[in-house]
Amino acid sequence: MSSTVHALLQVLVMAAVIAFLRFLPFMAFPEGRKRPKVITYLGRVLPYAIIGMLVVYCFKGVSVTAYPYGLPELIASAFVVTVHVLFRNTLVSTFGGVAVYMLLVQLVFR
Amino acid sequence: MTKKTFKRAFHDSLPILAGYLALGIGYGVLLQSKGYSFWWAILMSVTMFAGSGQYAGVDFMASGASLLTTAFMTLIINARHFFYGFSLLDKYKGAGALKPYMIFGLTDETYSLVCSAKPEEGVDQKKYFFFLTALNHSYWITGCVSGAVLGMFLPFDSKGIDFAMTALFIVIMVEQWLSSKQHLPAVLGVVTTAVCLVVFGAEYFIIPAMALIAAELVLLRRRLDPERPEVNGDE
Repeated sequence: MSSTVHALLQVLVMAAVIAFLRFLPFMAFPEGRKRPKVITYLGRVLPYAIIGMLVVYCFKGVSVTAYPYGLPELIASAFVVTVHVLFRNTLVSTFGGVAVYMLLVQLVFR
Repeated sequence: MTKKTFKRAFHDSLPILAGYLALGIGYGVLLQSKGYSFWWAILMSVTMFAGSGQYAGVDFMASGASLLTTAFMTLIINARHFFYGFSLLDKYKGAGALKPYMIFGLTDETYSLVCSAKPEEGVDQKKYFFFLTALNHSYWITGCVSGAVLGMFLPFDSKGIDFAMTALFIVIMVEQWLSSKQHLPAVLGVVTTAVCLVVFGAEYFIIPAMALIAAELVLLRRRLDPERPEVNGDE
């Protein structure tokens, strides 16, 4: 089998697996069918836990034992939290945080 | 109404525009460097629409991994997406013909925007979610393809721009924190995932973390699920 065909099949498999994961909850609990209360409960509390999980997920490649010890991430994150608590403006907080982080990794912690 | 809905969605999706262009371009460059042309960028960004999944996918393709390995690794890397639907069963209810595409495009970033969306006068929620998904998808495809076509000639140093995603998740977390009196689920999410990251390592931590979070939440149900909607409610 040529490597192009194999790569094509790989893309197909990956796309199918990803779609399967995303569709699974909706297939398991279709509209109009009664679902266990615990699922409804999980649906309510999960977003808070998942966003927490995603924040940590973003830092998975950061090493605190080697230079720059996660400092750019820490400083930029603290900046985002502070600015957001003060102004509650998503665009200002995110773009401001990106600017701070880019300055840090490009100029300060090189 | 549709116009206003679209405008709202576009405005809210701007952080994703920055992040997806950056991540997409990085991906396109990587793809190109392994000898895959921009056709692959189009194919993968259209059909997979997954950041980490596609980055890892390039490695599987370049190393000629078997289909079984490819499937299994993709399952691990994207397992977190399995969680998202559970909290959107009601939000996406009644979206009709738009729904399959909305589910197909349920990335981390789209999910986080959908979670933090507040109903607004003159904005059709279902269409709003659909526009968010489609806009994000279009940014992603644009990023991936431009990276593959002209990534080498990028006019400026974009190092660090992918922090847009991290910043967005932090902002959403702060918003949730400020608007909810019950902080246990958020704390559980952070602490459990951090512990799993240390224990299981960066490659395999997410599935144990998901399982533990779900188990902890179920165990704490009595405490978290009294009839106090303001405590848990995102609806």
